[in-house]
Amino acid sequence: MNALEVRGLTKLYGSIAALGGVDLEVGEGELVGLLGPNGAGKSTLVKIACGLVRQTRGSAEVRGHRAGSLQARRSLGYLAELFRFPGWYSAEELLELHQRLAGSEGGKAERADLLELVGLLDARNRRVEAMSKGMQQRLGVAQALVGSPPLLLLDEPTSALDPVGRRTVRELLEELRGRGIAVLLNSHLLSEIELVCDRVAILLHGKLVEEGSPAELARPRGVEIETDEGTRLFEGAGRDDTPQLVAELVASGRRVYGVRVLTSTLEDTYLEAVGGETS
Amino acid sequence: MTAVLTIAGYGLREALRRKVFGVVLILTVGFLTLFWLGVHFLYGNLGNVGPPVGVDARTFVGATVFGLAMFGTLFLGTVLAVFLTLGVVRGDAERGLLQPLVVRPIGRSTLLFARWLGAVAVCAPYVGIVYAAAMLITGLTGHWWPDHVVTPGVELAAAVALIAAMSLLGSVFLSATANGIAIFMVFGAGLVAGLLGTIGHGLNSHGLERAAKVAAYLIPFEGLYQDALREIVSSTTGLTGFLLELGPFGGGYTGGPWVRVWAAAYFALLAALAAWGFSRRDL
Repeated sequence: MNALEVRGLTKLYGSIAALGGVDLEVGEGELVGLLGPNGAGKSTLVKIACGLVRQTRGSAEVRGHRAGSLQARRSLGYLAELFRFPGWYSAEELLELHQRLAGSEGGKAERADLLELVGLLDARNRRVEAMSKGMQQRLGVAQALVGSPPLLLLDEPTSALDPVGRRTVRELLEELRGRGIAVLLNSHLLSEIELVCDRVAILLHGKLVEEGSPAELARPRGVEIETDEGTRLFEGAGRDDTPQLVAELVASGRRVYGVRVLTSTLEDTYLEAVGGETS
Repeated sequence: MTAVLTIAGYGLREALRRKVFGVVLILTVGFLTLFWLGVHFLYGNLGNVGPPVGVDARTFVGATVFGLAMFGTLFLGTVLAVFLTLGVVRGDAERGLLQPLVVRPIGRSTLLFARWLGAVAVCAPYVGIVYAAAMLITGLTGHWWPDHVVTPGVELAAAVALIAAMSLLGSVFLSATANGIAIFMVFGAGLVAGLLGTIGHGLNSHGLERAAKVAAYLIPFEGLYQDALREIVSSTTGLTGFLLELGPFGGGYTGGPWVRVWAAAYFALLAALAAWGFSRRDL
């Protein structure tokens, strides 16, 4: 059973299709990154998965339960892109509120564990209104983890974080992978997704245009060989072709000084997929 | 049940934290002080009042000023109820406060009911306290007590609870500002309808009385308020009772005996409509 499975997911706002028949799966314990320009439908997909938005057509299931049902919501944690917590709650009180709503019996130990996980243990009694945006975002991640949900839906969890905060969240995601929690991560930070995700899906105009592991998406772009005649690019060649290319050059009397196997980065793949679109 | 109490507690805490609650408390102290001054001077000058033969001046003054206090109580209770509920769905969703709660395994209708419960937990005791304070001021200063003590207070609290439900329903469809304006306009329309009914009764205009009765059923908080006014002088008879029925705060009978039952059914309708609307709303 998949942690999340969407089939032919379509969402129309009037005549505008925010999602146009998306198929996507997030396996148990899998970390999937969702990429796409603004307005591609990423947040809509995540919101349908957690029951905030109703799809026009298609299906979305969380661990076999219809998205939005109580059983589905028992299985997930969610951090919205734009969220706010009441300013008068302390970090500890906020987590306690969500423990009660999620039916978590983790008590004080769970709260301490989560606050430590996001680096807020020392700020446990600080009110939300006295926290920086970055701290609130980390608190939001902790809130999403209340009750140890098997699926975590994170919509831009690092948008307000400084580099240290981002690193904390990245380490946290790796920790979650270790705990077997499935994550659907919606982010604009390609390097982050490339570093932590098992699989990447790219959305454009509400449709899935690319999907695969970062390694699969990093296509070969040729082999660059530096010889006594200068640098030559062998387009279409890959790592496996390198020994033969070098042997041929040496056999033809060239001196080889350096070899570089070129692959596209996730950023290259992304830009190619979205065609330079930003919104 | 835990979820209902948790969300109700969340709403209650929010209510007590909001500045509007402090403002209403200050306004209430001001209102009760002014009311006490008014009652004090009215009864101090009672000897100078020469009422028509057959009219008990003490009862007439007491019922009229206490009716005025009940209007003030309803108004303040309404202000509180509306400001605590006007942004519960769309307003909170636009600010990003609602989504973290809605994704939890609690039904949307449960969340809505709990928010109503939280608002009523603030507004109903508030209305009860202000009503009791006004009654004590009138009774201790003027030695006049309403014919029924408890029922009118309960009806006022129920009227405010109904307004809170209307405001919650409005919050599903309207932005906070639009909802607040709409509810206060409905409140004003209800009061005008009630006054027209009283005038219709005085002028023996069946058309006006019928229109007021229809309005009392369309917006039964007004019917409950009118019934509460009737209750405070329900045992007052003769010319005094007749004149009181003519006055703006003197006990109309706009809604008739079924207004309480209808108010309960109306609440159920509001709740069903709000739950349906909320269940279909994308957040």
